[in-house]
Amino acid sequence: MTTSTTHEAPVHWHPGNYTRVPYAVFQRSDILSAEQARVFEGPVWNYLGLEAEVPLPGDFKTTFAGSMPVVLSRDTDGEIYAFENRCAHRGALICLEDFGNATEHSCVYHAWRYDLQGNLRGVAFEKGVNGKGGMPDTFCREDHGPRKLRTTVFCGLVFASLHDDVPPLEEYLGDAVCSRMERVLFKPVEIIGRFTQTLPNNWKLYAENVRDTYHASLLHTFFATFGITRLTQEGGVSISEEGGNHASATLARMVDGMDNAYTQQAIRSENQDLTLGDMSMLKTVDEIGDGVILQILSVFPGFVLQQIHNCIAVRQILPTGVASTDLNWTYLGYADDSREMRLLRLKQANLVGPGGYVSMEDGAVGGFVQRGIAAAGSLDSVMELGGDGTQSQDFRATEASIRGFWRAYRHLMER
Amino acid sequence: MREKIIELNADYAAAIDDGRLEDWPSFFTEDCFYRITTAHNHSRGYEAGVVYCDSRQMLADRVLSLRKANIFERHTYRHLVGLPRLRESDGSSAVVETGFAVLRTMRTGETAVFASGRYLDRIVHEGGNSLRFSRRDVVCDSHRIDTLLALPL
Repeated sequence: MTTSTTHEAPVHWHPGNYTRVPYAVFQRSDILSAEQARVFEGPVWNYLGLEAEVPLPGDFKTTFAGSMPVVLSRDTDGEIYAFENRCAHRGALICLEDFGNATEHSCVYHAWRYDLQGNLRGVAFEKGVNGKGGMPDTFCREDHGPRKLRTTVFCGLVFASLHDDVPPLEEYLGDAVCSRMERVLFKPVEIIGRFTQTLPNNWKLYAENVRDTYHASLLHTFFATFGITRLTQEGGVSISEEGGNHASATLARMVDGMDNAYTQQAIRSENQDLTLGDMSMLKTVDEIGDGVILQILSVFPGFVLQQIHNCIAVRQILPTGVASTDLNWTYLGYADDSREMRLLRLKQANLVGPGGYVSMEDGAVGGFVQRGIAAAGSLDSVMELGGDGTQSQDFRATEASIRGFWRAYRHLMER
Repeated sequence: MREKIIELNADYAAAIDDGRLEDWPSFFTEDCFYRITTAHNHSRGYEAGVVYCDSRQMLADRVLSLRKANIFERHTYRHLVGLPRLRESDGSSAVVETGFAVLRTMRTGETAVFASGRYLDRIVHEGGNSLRFSRRDVVCDSHRIDTLLALPL
């Protein structure tokens, strides 16, 4: 944590457009607290997990909505519920396991009991012992309980909201992002691995990073070094109306006449001499059949779906402090994968995650920013690539989707 | 064999800790399997790894990428490797479990425990007298990995 000072001064945003972001928003603990109330508990959909993680009645998973601990639970009616993982009595965690199956949940502190939807069902010694003590007659269990989240399931993904005014998920995502999500999650998936990457930076620096179509082949030189993909390949970025959600795509084919773009600009990425000795990892199968070899999709505030060649994963971005973030990776395969296809996915998982050929740098670069701006709390970052708009673009040398994130963020924070 | 396994583990750790990454693949057989995973994934049978290689060439490719393509702040490891537990041994090969901890020292001077866990190995005799890993599953105790994992464990 770089700063624990409580500030009250308002943040000075550049009026009129989204090309400037005050570095203070990555540094101030009062802003982190405001984000919990205005963003994570505001009119947004927080990603909580996959339906496949709680397949059976009684299955539960513990996770977070921002910094709020949450239980994701499937009740005996088959529906998915979510409630704050906080006992209504004195605030202890109700569930202490990451995953499990239960018929009810009981707080270990004083044994207050909850059903699978988070309703308070029992208070230990409610009537006292031998007629002495106990709760007053005025105590009504229905008036007490952890906060509940509204859940919705789309493409096997569970999202939840604490706000009454959030639009239905599909409307929130927008048509373009919906169809890009359906494109990848078009049939049942299963979990093939999970990792948590601890990032030494504010959560918004990672939210920017996943929307940053500009940096991909510049910071991540693996693909370019080994001649696998470049910005000069065809692609583009779709951005939702409110700005917060995006999907960027890279196609296998090159833009005509652009083979030398990197050489002309003398960018570090160019190096034609090197090749990998074992190319089995990169025998990509066009299993969706549309030629898109790479798609990154984000949902405001903290969800990412990736298809990088045949490696499919979801990422959950959770703030754990002003300058610390948990990035939860869940690697997926299709339930009907052949053994050969599954092995290809496992090999291609080398591309992503905390040790990924094309993603390891993302774990560190946010920390480089966090450390770089240590004395720059009154200054702004600059994002003018591709203009100042937040609209969809049919090229990737743009920062439009990052500006879109800030548009959605400011809409909530400046209310 | 136990003595030679201790020596193999010590040489393996020294190659990484001394920064001789090009030597690292030579501790494996040509058709080896090497994976870095976590106790959570291992216990649930989830197959994916942070690193997943099914040939010595893939290990060499990883070293090449670390040298030529990947960007990370300079850091070093110090492996503390426990004594091997021989689970099975038939003279020509052995199934071995060995505890380890890795301290990471960053450019900025911070030293911290980066990982702890177990090596689950299958070790074979190859080329006369030398031992090599035909399989090494690096099972980290924690599901958390700080910042990034570039150098092998």
